[in-house]
Amino acid sequence: MAEQLPALILLAPLFGALLVGLAGPRDRRVCFPVVLGALAVSLCSAVGVLVRVLAGGPVDYFVGGWSEPLGIGIQLRVDTLNGLVLVVIAVVFVLVGVFSIRRAGEENTEKSPQYYTLFLLLAVGVFGMTVTGDAFNLYVLVEVSSLTGYALIAMGSSPRGTVAAFNYVVMGTIGASFYLLGVGYLYMATGALNMAQIHEIVATTGAGGSRTVLVAFILILAGLWTKMAFFPLHGWLPNAYGYCPSTSSSVLAPLVTKVYIYVMIRVMLGVFGAEWIFEHVGWTNIVVWLATVAILAGSLLALAQTEVRKMLCYLIVAEVGYMVGGAWLANRWGMAGAVYHIVADALMTLCLFLAVNIIVKRTGRLRMDAFDGLFRKMPLTMAGFAVGALAMIGIPPTAGFFSKWYLLRGGIESGHFEYVAALLLSSLVNAVLFFRLFERAFFGGNPAGGHHPDRTAAESGPTQQGWVGDSTLLGGEARASTLGPLLAAAALVVAVGLLNGPIVSAILRYFENMPVLGAP
Amino acid sequence: MDFLRTSVIPHFNYWIYVILMMIGLWAMIGKNNLIKKLIGMSIFQTAIILFYVSIGVKTGADIPIPAHHAHHDEAAAGAGAREEEDKLDPDAFANPLPHVLMLTAIVVGVATLGVALAISQSIHKDFGTLEEDEILEKIKASTHDG
Amino acid sequence: MDDSVHSLLPVWACLASLLAVPAIVLFRREPVLREGATFAAGIAKLAFVLAMLPVVLSGKTVECTLVEGIGGFAAPIRFRVDALGLLFALVASGLWIVTSLYAVGYMRGLREHSQTRFFAFFAVSLSATLGVAFAGNLLTLYLFYEMLSLATWPLVAHHQDKEARTGGRTYLTYLLGTSIGFALPALVFTWQKTGGHVEFDSARAILAETNLGYWPALLLLLLFVFGFSKAGLMPFHSWLPGAMVAPTPVSALLHAVAVVKVGVFCVLRVVSGVFGVEILRAHDLGTVLGWIAAVTVLVSSLIALSQDNLKRRLAFSTIGQLAYIVLGAALLSERALTGSALHIAAHAAGKITLFFCAGAIFVATGKKYISEMAGLGRAMPVTFAAFFIGSLGVIGLPPSLGLISKLHLVLGAADANRAGLLVVYLVSTLLNAAYFLPIVYQAFFPRGAAAADTPKFSWRGVREAPWACVVPLSVTALLSMGLFFAPGVFLKLAQAFAAGVTP
Repeated sequence: MAEQLPALILLAPLFGALLVGLAGPRDRRVCFPVVLGALAVSLCSAVGVLVRVLAGGPVDYFVGGWSEPLGIGIQLRVDTLNGLVLVVIAVVFVLVGVFSIRRAGEENTEKSPQYYTLFLLLAVGVFGMTVTGDAFNLYVLVEVSSLTGYALIAMGSSPRGTVAAFNYVVMGTIGASFYLLGVGYLYMATGALNMAQIHEIVATTGAGGSRTVLVAFILILAGLWTKMAFFPLHGWLPNAYGYCPSTSSSVLAPLVTKVYIYVMIRVMLGVFGAEWIFEHVGWTNIVVWLATVAILAGSLLALAQTEVRKMLCYLIVAEVGYMVGGAWLANRWGMAGAVYHIVADALMTLCLFLAVNIIVKRTGRLRMDAFDGLFRKMPLTMAGFAVGALAMIGIPPTAGFFSKWYLLRGGIESGHFEYVAALLLSSLVNAVLFFRLFERAFFGGNPAGGHHPDRTAAESGPTQQGWVGDSTLLGGEARASTLGPLLAAAALVVAVGLLNGPIVSAILRYFENMPVLGAP
Repeated sequence: MDFLRTSVIPHFNYWIYVILMMIGLWAMIGKNNLIKKLIGMSIFQTAIILFYVSIGVKTGADIPIPAHHAHHDEAAAGAGAREEEDKLDPDAFANPLPHVLMLTAIVVGVATLGVALAISQSIHKDFGTLEEDEILEKIKASTHDG
Repeated sequence: MDDSVHSLLPVWACLASLLAVPAIVLFRREPVLREGATFAAGIAKLAFVLAMLPVVLSGKTVECTLVEGIGGFAAPIRFRVDALGLLFALVASGLWIVTSLYAVGYMRGLREHSQTRFFAFFAVSLSATLGVAFAGNLLTLYLFYEMLSLATWPLVAHHQDKEARTGGRTYLTYLLGTSIGFALPALVFTWQKTGGHVEFDSARAILAETNLGYWPALLLLLLFVFGFSKAGLMPFHSWLPGAMVAPTPVSALLHAVAVVKVGVFCVLRVVSGVFGVEILRAHDLGTVLGWIAAVTVLVSSLIALSQDNLKRRLAFSTIGQLAYIVLGAALLSERALTGSALHIAAHAAGKITLFFCAGAIFVATGKKYISEMAGLGRAMPVTFAAFFIGSLGVIGLPPSLGLISKLHLVLGAADANRAGLLVVYLVSTLLNAAYFLPIVYQAFFPRGAAAADTPKFSWRGVREAPWACVVPLSVTALLSMGLFFAPGVFLKLAQAFAAGVTP
């Protein structure tokens, strides 16, 4: 049984999707238990695989037992790197699954079975992208996750969301096609599609020196950068995530860009190899500069937004810059920081999107005034939001602080001070962004409602002063099914921060046999 | 002329796919009508399919279907089949793998097109038009009202 | 090291006030119980701190690891209580109890809004302060430093009006901006240079071996010193006058004791625990730091002279006094370091009294400006007597603890052969006297218009502030005076610290 775990991660949501798709329209009550059950199986399998990997090294799984891939086969491969990512993806899916219990029904009145089918298929795609060991299968799974993503975004009632989804289809297809083209060139040069085989051929034969491999690399990188919204290829992201249904944005925003970062790192280390990338190609400087620009641009564009959700979307663009830059610093600290940041950023973005979705729904406003006086009305929701925001700013002991900590060390060690400066500046911009909201949430939107001892005394004497204006402490709170996942995500952000030692040490061990990343 | 002889003619398949791809890309970016953009997208994807198929070609090779079907019935006779395969000359057949890959890619392309068409239908329902500039204008107007 | 004791006491001392927060929120309708929770937490906190005193006085340290670190890259989160930490913790937790009483009187006297929020965040701030005091490594220090910035922000902007919000924004911009912009890279740089060791003394040992060049060392020092801008060194000082929009108990405890002292405490820690006296002496970095502090001392004293708003004058005076402490650290002599550590306590006792007085005057009369206070001493004799004693403490005249600490600082400057800096101390003492004593003199012996008892200066009907305000300010004034006669514990702790870090 234990050998089948890697496949189970994928199969559980796949069959869950079938079941929901068939039985859901007949009886809607089927949906939720199936979704949660399937995702729980995935989560358990992912954790199980990770435990096995940490104990005994990478796990290979050959679908159908075709152990020697002849040209094409379906190989799943789990090592420390994607084991970690798998667990995080599964956690995010489970939390958003719970979050959507009643949300999905409200937002897509007729379509909640369809929503859940797509939701599970998205899980299949994203899990698949993470576990696959084959370059072409990766393309197919990219498209599986993208197609479901397009549909999830277009499901909402906002016309702007639909238009954004169309743009996303166009941009996404261009990105995926570039990736496919790159794989074609790689196949021409190496005759292999299995990642490990390609790696071996590039590393050991003369193929590494050929121009075809270089072209393949450029095409693949361009495709992935489009898909992950790396500035200036980010155009599709803000509107797509800003105007889609809250249940969709809650799962897409934390995961999709992060998974593509993982894919990029996988392609860099597992397909082309760190030596080839950093020694043969050696574009470290250019890419880190691009990442620096992405960080700055994302932060400044976020500063210019008036709608909260779109502001968060631009922050994602900046965070993508963090991770691309970290991965290209060409040392193990930057790489480890980028991988750790995948985990951290997925959780903190989840935290922020859940909180903002709750708040937008509750107040019916998209702009910053939605936050007026919220610390009184919804203290727990705001606490969750605050944890996510502090993580984005980089305040210890949240996960966001520690990822910055490792990325900064990578930047300092490799001498890329422009990247270091951009990281710090973006932290400061995040501080401005979020404290603008905190100020409203603490003190209300109207500065005039302030210090008038007499008036306040008349309204409510010192004996009447309460933490909350309502009669009960949590009277204005969101319901448990939405608040629970938010608080769980917030707790995870802190827990992952406190556990940064074990996590990063596992990641660093993975780089041990890559001397180009620096001696341990 | 030299360039034509050394670079273009021997690699004409690449030139064709690149030209097709550029046509598709231009339509996706430059066209105003959403359906025309989608047509561009299809051309773009088809160009890549052509590229893949063309790299499987070998001079003088046949389609990759072995003539002997004898071993189909007795799948258990694995060793025999292996021997038989060894006798086949790889150079006599075009590389089947890119074709197989492209079957998947075609399916993916159709699915993408389907989703995109559904979305454009929904856009038409919301805005009453499929021209991009008109849609943007309507969005602008609605945000000003709101 | 063998001379460390493992104990959970520092954790409890730190948590005591944090655990009071749920009680404070829960009893938001019952002010008596709510304030009871605050006092209970305060007394518990002080008790935990005092319980560590015998151990630390016997030359040992109390240690406790919250999150284990791993090898050379993941720093642990660890408490380690030594003499300096305990000295600061003692000051902060002791004065918290007094301030709580004062806050009750002040907040009720003015019928302030959102008192529950106020007391809750006050308690959080104290936890963060003790966290900084007990931090065993740079990471823990930074963690609680940031926590303190965030927890005090709702207190600074408490009034919620435009001015308070602007003050709050300035506050956060400076504190977060410098800590993220300067202190964080400095931290990461140290962490990288030492190969992952950010424990205070082991970082110093490793850094001494790695032999930083002059410029990297100078850069690192400046990043740290300006990064911990709670210390108020110019040019990153203007958050402190801005923060004076806060209610007076906040200004008193946080912006005369906890927050600002956290800043200088961090500087002392960095100087003694990360760089170490040897490196600083070898590169002669003490001079650079010393002159930065000296300029701050003089400029802030001159600015204080020109301030008419009493709280702003106190704020600039605080900036100057903080720079005293930094200057003492920069002198790198044992006696100066003793003086620095002791001045944390001395200035705390004096300045908190002054702020209490300013608040009491505001509660009783609504006056904020010094020029409006002429003759007020006759109506509020206790308050102004306390103000006088408090200013003696800050100026460094007998009978006050300030004299002892300043003597150490001045003698330390002499030990270090720095005549220039010694002159700075003396000149600034004169300036201190020049901006404090006229206030008291005017209050008791008004001249000109005020003496003529014009309607503006008619104090008929004005009485002392409520007892909850007057008692704390009398207590701190007596404390400041009493410690002159019995500086025992504080002096011992300061000497133990200084002896431990100088070769």
